Amino acid sequence: MTSPLEQKIRITGPSIITANRTFDGAVIYRNRAQGWSTDLSEAAIVRNADEARALLAEAVADDVGAVGPYIAPVDIKDGEEIKPGNLREYIRLKGVTIDLLTA
Amino acid sequence: MYAYDELDRTLINERVEEFRDQVKRRLSGELTEDEFKMLRLQNGVYLQLHAYMFRVAIPYGTLSSNQLRRLAHVARRYDRGYGHFTTRQNIQFNWIKLAELPDALADLAEVGIHAMQTSGNNTRNVTSDQWAGVAPGEIEDPRIWSELLRQYTTLHPEFSFLPRKFKFAITASAHDRAAIKIHDIGLRLHKNAQGETGFEVLVGGGLGRTPFIAKTIKPFVHGRDLLSYVEAILRVYNQYGRRDNIYKARIKILVHELGIEKFAAEVEEEWRAMDNSALTLDDAVIEEIRSRFSYPAYEKLPHMPEELKTAAHDPLFERWRRNSLFTHKVQGYAIVTLSLKPVGGPPGDATAEQMDALADLADKYSFGEIRVGHEQNLALPHVAKRDLPVLWKALDKLGLATPNVNLVSDIIACPGLDYCSLANARSIPIAQELTRRFANHDTAELIGRLHINISGCINACGHHHVGHIGILGVEKNGEEFYQITIGGRADENAELGALIGPAVPYGDVADVVEDIVEAYLALRARPDELFVDTVKRLGIEPFKERVYATR
Repeated sequence: MTSPLEQKIRITGPSIITANRTFDGAVIYRNRAQGWSTDLSEAAIVRNADEARALLAEAVADDVGAVGPYIAPVDIKDGEEIKPGNLREYIRLKGVTIDLLTA
Repeated sequence: MYAYDELDRTLINERVEEFRDQVKRRLSGELTEDEFKMLRLQNGVYLQLHAYMFRVAIPYGTLSSNQLRRLAHVARRYDRGYGHFTTRQNIQFNWIKLAELPDALADLAEVGIHAMQTSGNNTRNVTSDQWAGVAPGEIEDPRIWSELLRQYTTLHPEFSFLPRKFKFAITASAHDRAAIKIHDIGLRLHKNAQGETGFEVLVGGGLGRTPFIAKTIKPFVHGRDLLSYVEAILRVYNQYGRRDNIYKARIKILVHELGIEKFAAEVEEEWRAMDNSALTLDDAVIEEIRSRFSYPAYEKLPHMPEELKTAAHDPLFERWRRNSLFTHKVQGYAIVTLSLKPVGGPPGDATAEQMDALADLADKYSFGEIRVGHEQNLALPHVAKRDLPVLWKALDKLGLATPNVNLVSDIIACPGLDYCSLANARSIPIAQELTRRFANHDTAELIGRLHINISGCINACGHHHVGHIGILGVEKNGEEFYQITIGGRADENAELGALIGPAVPYGDVADVVEDIVEAYLALRARPDELFVDTVKRLGIEPFKERVYATR
């Protein structure tokens, strides 16, 4: 499988690095302190391919703590919280969009 | 039920401990994710959007009440209180922690359940007719042969690293409830002119990106030759199957590219070279497997007990009976299908409480046995008809008596983008909306048998190609769109559905399905002409016209 670092990086707007936590699979975001957070608002924002590549390399290096890091788009508007940039990331952040039988 | 022997139990327990060590080494960093991924997949562990997903095999769809209770325990102890029954007689748990997986596997192993080969490029869970052993007119119980195949394929060293995943399905009835024609190898038990039991062998079925209906490679293979013939097929596939392109790696592509005659000739040559191989089954081996299946001690009961005559005055009971009961091979008994498709519910999901309560009902009314079908419903296979009224009331309290089996709201759906990392679009909310649109049971019965299948991506876990109405989620410029096909079917007359036109947006899908159903009601030749037969007779044009004329 091609390493994420070998893939061509093309970003068109503000982006973050996200992955799943190894021990429980929880959704996590690479933060500004070279660690991971489950809180999207703490995610480090990258705005061009070089920044994204550097942050992704840092994330990939933590193979023990995180699985499958990749670049994901986010929406940022002045004065508002960071929002996921697509439906997939929205679902990863907020959870399933359906009523469960256990609800 | 099949009783595992000491060898089976040892194998499963050793596998748990092996995986426990692998997980420990992964969490300590001794194994990288690249090294660990194949190991976890071979134990049914995927990484999905929110968490790890754990897929557990239910071989040939047969569960004991104790096994169902243990699945409930896993749902409650290690997950979020529910499980999802799939289209391949598996159950999936969506929120498992990797660190706790070995304990969950150990708990399951105590009752003879495992997750071996529920993922990865190997032979997957062997599936069969969920009514095996109780269906009238069956040649013989196909689970005997399913179990033989299960034992033969489990951890088979030559076939643990195939070009791609490989799925078997077996039926022994004229009406195919196991969807054998959409499997890599489909086996149909029948008898030859000499009265000997054997198999029609079909190869190369499958859905996904490039769907094919399986083709018959040999009309009759004697039962004693089943394993050697299957091994010949797997060897040809293992040798010639493509490993350079994941999209062309399934056996269906090899069969298509070689042509069925050439493929059959290759298999025949391989098989002849194996003549008198150690895989030839003698009667003692088959009888040994057969003897480990136990069957209920049925009572001699009347065809129509008084309890049933009395209950027939209740129209709600009668509606449930019409749509949930099927003829049993033994007089006085019935097969009861339990819909896991409540109005507004996620198809195929069951809570831990439902599983526990159903296990109790199985003990009381079905000799402790439960079945799982590829339609994502459950069944109690041995219910005395006298017990049906009281069972119905109990099931209704549990939310397991929705009278919609085989009707328009009995929808097959994959987990879709709500859970799956491969999905492009959501499946479950589409299914939920459709069950609300068709919540009126009178309308559903008027429409008659109609299967809707939904997949959230081209991998087709919801078998959309073979739905009478198939719905496939795609992504267009970041939005969810859905392609609609009609005329597919997964039974003995299996066909792939035909696309009726451009994909429609998420918000239009339920309206489109309603339009198609309304067109069918107006076009059908008789009230008992099924939707799929109307499409066969008229083609897709009138439906296409109805859907797109105003869009």
